[in-house]
Amino acid sequence: MSLDNAPDAAFNEALIKEVLEQYPEKAAKKRGRHLNVKKTDDAGSSSCGVKSNIKSVPGVMTIRGCAYAGSKGVVWGPVKDMIHISHGPVGCGHYSWSQRRNYFNGTVGIDSFVTMQITSDFQERDIVFGGDKNLDKMIDELNDLFPLNKGISIQSECPIGLIGDDIEAVAKKKNKDIGKPVVPVRCEGFRGVSQSLGHHIANDAIRDWVFEKTKPEWETGPYDVNLIADYNIGGDAWPSRRLLEEMGLRVVGMWSGDATLAEMERAPKAKLNLIHCYRSMNYICRHMEEKYNIPWVEYNFFGPSQIAKSLRKIAAQFDETIQANAEKVIAKYEGLVAAVLAKYKPRLEGKKVMLYVGGLRPRHVANAYDDLGMTIVGTGYEFAHNDDYQRTTDYVKDGTLIYDDVSGYELEKFIEKIRPDLVGSGIKEKYATQKMGVPFRQMHSWDYSGPYHGYDGFAIFARDMDMAINSPIWSKFKAPWKAA
Amino acid sequence: MPQSADKVKDHISLFKEPEYLELFAAKKAQFECRPTDEAVAAQAEYTKTWEYREKNFSREIATINPAKACQPLGAVFAAAGFEGTLPYVHGSQGCVAYFRSHLARHYKEAVPIVADSMTEDAAVFGGLNNIVEGLQNAYKLYAPKMIVVSTTCMAEVIGDDLSAFIATAKEKESVPADFPVPFAHTPSFVGSHTTGYDNQMKGILNYFWDREAQLTAAPGSKINIIPGFDGYSVANNREIKRYMEEMGVEFTLLGDVSDVFDTPSDGEYRMYDGGTTLDDTRAAINAKATISLQEFCSQKTLEYVASKGQQTVAFNYPMGIGATDSFLMKVSELTGKAIPASIEKERGRLVDAITDSQAWLHGKKFAVFGDPDFCLSMAAFLMEMGAEPTHVLCTNGGKEWEEKAKALLASSPFGASGQVWAGKDLWHLRSLLFTEPTDFIIGSSYGKYLEKDTGIPLIRLTFPIFDRHHHHRFPSFGYQGALRVLVEILDRVFEAADAASDISYDLTR
Repeated sequence: MSLDNAPDAAFNEALIKEVLEQYPEKAAKKRGRHLNVKKTDDAGSSSCGVKSNIKSVPGVMTIRGCAYAGSKGVVWGPVKDMIHISHGPVGCGHYSWSQRRNYFNGTVGIDSFVTMQITSDFQERDIVFGGDKNLDKMIDELNDLFPLNKGISIQSECPIGLIGDDIEAVAKKKNKDIGKPVVPVRCEGFRGVSQSLGHHIANDAIRDWVFEKTKPEWETGPYDVNLIADYNIGGDAWPSRRLLEEMGLRVVGMWSGDATLAEMERAPKAKLNLIHCYRSMNYICRHMEEKYNIPWVEYNFFGPSQIAKSLRKIAAQFDETIQANAEKVIAKYEGLVAAVLAKYKPRLEGKKVMLYVGGLRPRHVANAYDDLGMTIVGTGYEFAHNDDYQRTTDYVKDGTLIYDDVSGYELEKFIEKIRPDLVGSGIKEKYATQKMGVPFRQMHSWDYSGPYHGYDGFAIFARDMDMAINSPIWSKFKAPWKAA
Repeated sequence: MPQSADKVKDHISLFKEPEYLELFAAKKAQFECRPTDEAVAAQAEYTKTWEYREKNFSREIATINPAKACQPLGAVFAAAGFEGTLPYVHGSQGCVAYFRSHLARHYKEAVPIVADSMTEDAAVFGGLNNIVEGLQNAYKLYAPKMIVVSTTCMAEVIGDDLSAFIATAKEKESVPADFPVPFAHTPSFVGSHTTGYDNQMKGILNYFWDREAQLTAAPGSKINIIPGFDGYSVANNREIKRYMEEMGVEFTLLGDVSDVFDTPSDGEYRMYDGGTTLDDTRAAINAKATISLQEFCSQKTLEYVASKGQQTVAFNYPMGIGATDSFLMKVSELTGKAIPASIEKERGRLVDAITDSQAWLHGKKFAVFGDPDFCLSMAAFLMEMGAEPTHVLCTNGGKEWEEKAKALLASSPFGASGQVWAGKDLWHLRSLLFTEPTDFIIGSSYGKYLEKDTGIPLIRLTFPIFDRHHHHRFPSFGYQGALRVLVEILDRVFEAADAASDISYDLTR
């Protein structure tokens, strides 16, 4: 890596100072704790130097969502054979309807319900009199209209917790009535500071309302693993599953992309949990470790360096056969990787990238960019915790600009001053960035592309970054009759 | 190996490769515990029956695939149409992330809106501190000319009082005392996004006409036009403005998002661009009349405007021949300006086009869904072309809309077989389409699931359109807009004809 591409710590520190000057004093103080550059001290200890998982500052245009988004939108929504009720007013379910691209196989409205918006559509009378009675009735209606559903989850919207509804009591009663799991989730949007608490609450609901509620008849094997916290966006989990199967593992549960309830119920019988999105599902992995003695391993299937490293790390948990298989899998894809790099690396080498994504990708994709010869010059998370920033230090260079819960104002200024060659963030950030003439890829939805996981996905990732950066349209922004 | 660097396959083709088909089959057979294929097929067939339809229509609580959003979406949309305005939502921040994403996915534009991020403590103590701090930060960071406040259901349930809170924030100098901060309470458990639009528009006018200063109307020659919540607003507003200019009418378009949601790419991000000026909004009290282009987006607003002594008129989305005729004639009547020959010629060209194509539309059956005003004008336009609106379904339509829609269908022989479905959702429509099928569906992108299940082609003509690009950049209002709507419908009609038969695969249609 040439020094020219190394992030400029002094420049970034000055930039942070400049950005903070625009805030009123109190907000500047609060926001100042969330902006820094990554450093390594003389003792070799690295830090991102930011506080995280703290309430957003009012009025600054946070990019964060809410606990409901973390539960219904992320963890529960993809479980395909369950009906997920957006319990409360119509909006939350409407805006999150079919927007996360959690791919699945199944027949919508018959045995799968992922791309449906099912809501109790609260009216004023529900706020005044409570929604429990209607929820009870609604569950009967749904079970009647969709008899092949395997269970129902109740995803609470803001009013539920405020009006004192007892959805747990309704859930227990309906579980008896319909003979299927009914899972109440207290993911009201005002809880916590971001999507993150919603993940946690959703994990706890799996623990309390799914595990040990049934006795799955299941013949276990020595290589049973769960693929945890891959939401199958654009089909991500499928190339991941292929790699695991190719190395001889048996994926007994996929959570929660393309998942069925059965895959969740039997998870405690697996030998190992493999977790991709640490942020959203570490809770249930820790629980399974404590309660069922199932160890868990974090892995990263973005880009060939991390894939190979992860395959070896996973294989190390098993015997020599699996370890030998892992080497075979890595070798098998060497040709594809070499061809992808030969084609795209010359077109992308030396390009600077800024990221701002959710709770995993701001670090997890960094090495995939490195593999293509690109450099991360700034990164940050919407809803990370301290342990995410600790893990980030392994992925980014010293001097990298770090921004936690960035505001619209900050991100726009950072992009304007740094002028990266590519920004990877979300739909809310996409159009402002592109209008500045800076190439952009949505890194939540893969910009309607994907999968990006696994070797198959890496080829697509490389192609997409090339398309974004090397599109001819960027040269047309200035009218030719205007002076350069 | 399914993937290659030469020809990179993404999700569209990758998952058809044998390696993946095997993976899917094995996962299903060994791990998923799905119902049997026979059970799935039987249930799928059952959902097509009249018996299932009756069951489906007998539900009282469950709402399944409703074609409506909630109030604050309409509120932030209304607010966005004013000069230098930052929409501000008091309540949970997640809602705002959703509104911004939702509008951005349709317009392919940045949608700046701030939240004041109320959490558990605000639920207990109220959100006063959030608004005091939030207004100050938003004002300082984003230098707006106006901040327009609406609410999420959280703030509504705990009963926060915006009027008092904003007054306190001004006392605490969050924003200057004379800085415009109109507001509206927009509970998402009442009405839909069209209600929110109405409440917010009224809130903005009320601010300038009564709160900022007690203005007294001095009626002049101008008219006001309120477009309503419209996903085609970018091009439709421009089309309305073009008509007014051609007629020489002095007018104010209140809440004009046409430039706001259509900014150029030239290296500069314009957070604020276009919109109705605040001075024009103040002066709008002096108009001789206010015309709403969407009755069901503006009932409270028009009532308020009428209380200022203005004449008010409401239309139902001026799309199609008759709807455009009535709109222009009313403008002419109110302003004394004649409809010029140039516009009459446009009308003639539209009639000419329909004459050329009418045989392909006559008797074709359509299901229409969308917002109340859109449904009415779409149904009316279909009948003008000899097509039959068989199902007109409006999730956010109430009793009043239902009666109006029924009267509309009764006004034409082409509406004789039409049925009106107020308050129903797209899962109801699915049953309707299986039991009483139509030739085409007209609606938003959400209709694509109906198209997939029923095989009936979908024509996207209303908000939101997420899966096709740039439709909103071309008008559906006026004669030109009607021409475009005609062409979109015809294209699907011809595609269906081409796909239907090898024998009749005609070169000329």
